Amino acid sequence: MIDNLKKLETYLNSELSIKIRNSLIENNELLIEVDQKDLVQVIQFLKSDDKCKFRQLIDIAGVDYPSDENRFELVYLFLSHENNNRIKLSIKFKINQIINSITKIFPSANWMEREVFDMYGIKFKNHPDLRRILTDYGFKGHPLRKDFPLTGFNEVRYSEKEKKVIYEPVKLEQNYRNFDFESPWEGTSYLKEIKKKETNGKKN
Amino acid sequence: MAKKTKSLNLNFGPQHPAAHGVLRLILELDGEVVEKADPHIGLLHRGTEKLIEQKTYTQALPYFDRLDYVAPMNQEHAFALAAEKLLKIEVPIRAKYIRVIFCEIGRILSHILNVTTQALDVGALTPSLWGFEERETLMTFYERASGSRLHANYFRTGGVHQDIPIKLVDDIEKFCKSFPKIIDDLEGLLTDNRIFKQRNVEIGVVSKQEALDHSFSGVMLRGSGVPWDLRRSQPYEIYNDLDFKIPIGKNGDCYDRYLCRIEEMRESVKIILQCIERLPKGPVKSIDGKISPPNRDDLKQSMEALIHHFKLFTEGYRVPKGDVYTAVEAPKGEFGVYLISDGSNKPYRCKIRAPGFSHLQAMDYLIRGHMLADVPAVLGSLDIVFGEVDR
Repeated sequence: MIDNLKKLETYLNSELSIKIRNSLIENNELLIEVDQKDLVQVIQFLKSDDKCKFRQLIDIAGVDYPSDENRFELVYLFLSHENNNRIKLSIKFKINQIINSITKIFPSANWMEREVFDMYGIKFKNHPDLRRILTDYGFKGHPLRKDFPLTGFNEVRYSEKEKKVIYEPVKLEQNYRNFDFESPWEGTSYLKEIKKKETNGKKN
Repeated sequence: MAKKTKSLNLNFGPQHPAAHGVLRLILELDGEVVEKADPHIGLLHRGTEKLIEQKTYTQALPYFDRLDYVAPMNQEHAFALAAEKLLKIEVPIRAKYIRVIFCEIGRILSHILNVTTQALDVGALTPSLWGFEERETLMTFYERASGSRLHANYFRTGGVHQDIPIKLVDDIEKFCKSFPKIIDDLEGLLTDNRIFKQRNVEIGVVSKQEALDHSFSGVMLRGSGVPWDLRRSQPYEIYNDLDFKIPIGKNGDCYDRYLCRIEEMRESVKIILQCIERLPKGPVKSIDGKISPPNRDDLKQSMEALIHHFKLFTEGYRVPKGDVYTAVEAPKGEFGVYLISDGSNKPYRCKIRAPGFSHLQAMDYLIRGHMLADVPAVLGSLDIVFGEVDR
């Protein structure tokens, strides 16, 4: 299995040398990173090349890294039945960049791209029908972005007065609490600040 | 002079017994012929992926029961495997066997529901009454192992939550002996039934190439003659050592998919019997105290166990940085989890790949040119559960 992946990695690096930015094998999985401009070409190659034969698109996963310069990452997962291989293809790009759609190569990318659009607000060029898919009709915002609050902005209820379902801003009886259990032994944050000041003072 | 015809828009669902959940299907009809279908999904969207990002790995697991709620443990399995792959831990052999037994029980649970409701959609009531009795028995097995009939939360990272009672193994074996007779009865009602065949043969035909292009998996792929089953081609747990066949369809229509599911149930019974025969003794969860919680007994005696228990249920365990994709052959197809860890105690991103999502996507192309009455038949054979489609 690993041998196959290594062979595939070297083969891809020789065939698509300029287009591949980075490639690594980790946990028995091959990940290659390409530039978003080359996306369609590389995917076309992966699908049609005789040695690759990645004929099935498994999924498209969006990832949000708010602190990075290239904020979004899209990971395309492919499967080849013939070679019994999987590959991950990733692209990283800035917030307002428009990505080329791959619906022409894989018709099943249609809903997957719609989902990414819905969840992250990433737009796709040449997509036949880029609508929201999972969220409510008339929903605002993109829920899987890291800056979208878990509780959302609006809540829905049936109003006895108006005899219809109405949308209201979320009212919580108690604020959402995100417990940080990660390092309870290092003391509370204000203690850390005091310590920092002390160490800084000593240096001065 | 040709008569002018107007196409009719029909709203099918979201509340319709044949929609198998909350599907809103907007159909464009020319007379009784469907010209276009536009499925609107997301009515059961609960933001599972977002919620998982806020929870520790242990807390994230129960969300998987709520995806495909007719075969809960198969979903848990994919997540447990993903976390184990990142943590690089080995699962004890007994746990592997127990996992496989319950995965196959899940497969039978799901297939019974699908086959019988598909029959119900095309007019046969009896199979569902017979099938649901068996489902009830299977769910008591779930209950006896995990404590609940549906939301099991039984597969944990590093093994399973608790060992199964001895009597349960005997009862599962007894069930496996009697169940093939029930499958025969169901087949007697359906397989050669004239009405059932008229409604299903050559309906919703998928060719090999189209099945690949539309990201089909599981029975949808095998029904079209593609020999692909993750249990065989990319084996996980102990599937490599087991002897079972993979039924393949020929024509790729609704009827072939029905036949595949019936055969898969028989194979699952064989797998369970093999597992019961070989079921080894030993621990059922990883002995690494940093990942699996200590025994109740140790908790009373050992300070270390108490600390581990406290830390595991507050902070949880930390998972090394990295990303993995693991897939299992769930009853409906390839169910995958793409997990990204940033080294903390919560997943940074957990993308769930549900087989039903791509199957339902192909609805438009499957139903074009068919009659309105074929919509429930095709929908039934796609095996859609909205818990996993909408996530």
